[in-house]
Amino acid sequence: MHNDMSHSSQPVFDPNEVVNFSDSMIKEINEVVKKFPEGKQKSALIRALHIAQAEYGWVSVPVMNKIAEILAIQPIEVYEVATFYTMFHLQPVGKHVLEVCRTGPCMLVGSDQLIEHIKNKLNINVGETTSDGMFTLKTAECLGGCGYAPLLQCRNKFHEHLSIEKVDALIEQYRNGEIQ
Amino acid sequence: MKNRRLLLEHVDVPGIEGIDVYVKQGGYATLEKALKNMSPDEVVEEVKKSGLRGRGGAGFPTGMKWSFLAKPEGVPRYLVCNADESEPGTFKDRYLMEKIPHLLVEGMILSSFALGANQSFIYIRGEFMYVLNILEKAIAEAYSKGYLGKNIMGSGYDLDLVVTPGGGAYICGEETALLESLEGKRGNPRIKPPFPAVKGLWGCPTVVNNVESIAAVVPIVRDGGDAYAAIGIGKSTGTKLISACGNLARPGVYEIELGLSVEEFIYGDDYCRGIANGKALKACVPGGSSVPILPHFLVTKTAAGEDRLMTYESLADGGFASGSMLGSGGFIVFDEDQCIVRNTWNFARFYAHESCGQCSPCREGTGWMEKVLSRIEHGQGHMHDIDLLADINKKIEGNTICPLGDAAAWPVAAAIHHFRDEFEWHIKQPAEAQTRNYGLIQQPVVA
Repeated sequence: MHNDMSHSSQPVFDPNEVVNFSDSMIKEINEVVKKFPEGKQKSALIRALHIAQAEYGWVSVPVMNKIAEILAIQPIEVYEVATFYTMFHLQPVGKHVLEVCRTGPCMLVGSDQLIEHIKNKLNINVGETTSDGMFTLKTAECLGGCGYAPLLQCRNKFHEHLSIEKVDALIEQYRNGEIQ
Repeated sequence: MKNRRLLLEHVDVPGIEGIDVYVKQGGYATLEKALKNMSPDEVVEEVKKSGLRGRGGAGFPTGMKWSFLAKPEGVPRYLVCNADESEPGTFKDRYLMEKIPHLLVEGMILSSFALGANQSFIYIRGEFMYVLNILEKAIAEAYSKGYLGKNIMGSGYDLDLVVTPGGGAYICGEETALLESLEGKRGNPRIKPPFPAVKGLWGCPTVVNNVESIAAVVPIVRDGGDAYAAIGIGKSTGTKLISACGNLARPGVYEIELGLSVEEFIYGDDYCRGIANGKALKACVPGGSSVPILPHFLVTKTAAGEDRLMTYESLADGGFASGSMLGSGGFIVFDEDQCIVRNTWNFARFYAHESCGQCSPCREGTGWMEKVLSRIEHGQGHMHDIDLLADINKKIEGNTICPLGDAAAWPVAAAIHHFRDEFEWHIKQPAEAQTRNYGLIQQPVVA
């Protein structure tokens, strides 16, 4: 859950571009559709957005249009959902998106200091991407790991019980490709 | 008090996340007993007798909720599990699903059978995608053993179980917002009535229950509702998962018998082992960020000087004047170095961020509260800001479709009520407030 969406560089893309999903992506989305009753395929939308984001790193308008086509719904139905749920990146992001929880229980054990440290270390503000495209820093509202705070999420991984030293090591591991 | 564990009894058994070990520990035997020897109504009856109250936060009796479910002929009905655990301070459902996923799956099958649902859903917050993978694996195992699918264990009962993710929105923990989200829409809460029990998922009768509530159905049916009701005190029956966090020596998820004293929970060797780093307790939010904060002298004792207990009633003793709520069991502890103004601002920022924007009093009011609290915290406050906060509070409270507005307003009101001196100090001594913390407040002398 995050809303800081300022970016230093905006890649150009054509909203009228047509994106073709791979067969395996289409199959994965259709598998989700099958879980719901006939005619209720719209229920697969949020998961389809997650699948697309896992593939492309973010969800562009052409990607949303493609999802609409697969689910046989209007593109606006995809846009209104993608813009409501804060996990979906509507702009390009770095290879690794670090989402640091900033809510009360994390703050009590040092998340403010952790966020400041990452900003200084990567030389970016919250919502920005490093110039080499490696990291985007975001803040998140309660990630549900309060007893293991402070923590950050990167894709599906939770990194918990963080300290300044641990987060330094973590960033190096991501940079060196030791963690995917 | 000896600690009895009903949900987490086998949580430390190696491999318990897999179906073979789970079955070895007695897993799915309760399902077999129910399918072979009980009618759906008999299962509902046991849940009613147990006194189980919704473990998501509201504490509404689960059996009663089930009995409201409309059963029109020829219309499907649905059970939806609310695994959108998002209330700051709460991380118990995640723990349960991650460690012992089959308990939730078994609870879902039992509960679906009781309600006559043939398709059920677990809606899990999108951030928990790795937990979704654990659940899908458990569900696949249950299908392969014949606990899900057609004609379960030869009973003639059919059930499909689907787990589906959200996309990062606190509001989807509200049951009608959750249903909207499950239908693939924005998470805007619905106007009630009609309640989900009459018109829920896709307009069909639906029950929405928290993860822990559904998991508790397993020991309730196994041991009988009366045995469950014998645990606890009064209308606080059974066990409860408490997720403890903040400045504690040993934060984590604990299963407690309702009725444990707050003193023992915070300081006892079996539980949190006191405040971290030998500091003093300053305050506690005992039931998730939405419930009123208690100053240190009201945490372990009520205003009347009685021991405060971990029950729905005792934590609420004193109402909004001197009590709080058990809520979701998100137990947040603040040590003497914490700033109440900063924390209140932090939570206000959370609610402003998470308001769905549908109702103006909440959309605008949460934003105003965040701004006013931010300026007090950052040394720009005025004395009239405290009254302004109270005024905004009153304009949100009760004027919104869903309880998020109240959840945002009440913690601010409680913080000002108990810690007014600290707010005023921030306003009167802004420079000093930027360099040190206010410390503990004194217990008022009662004549």
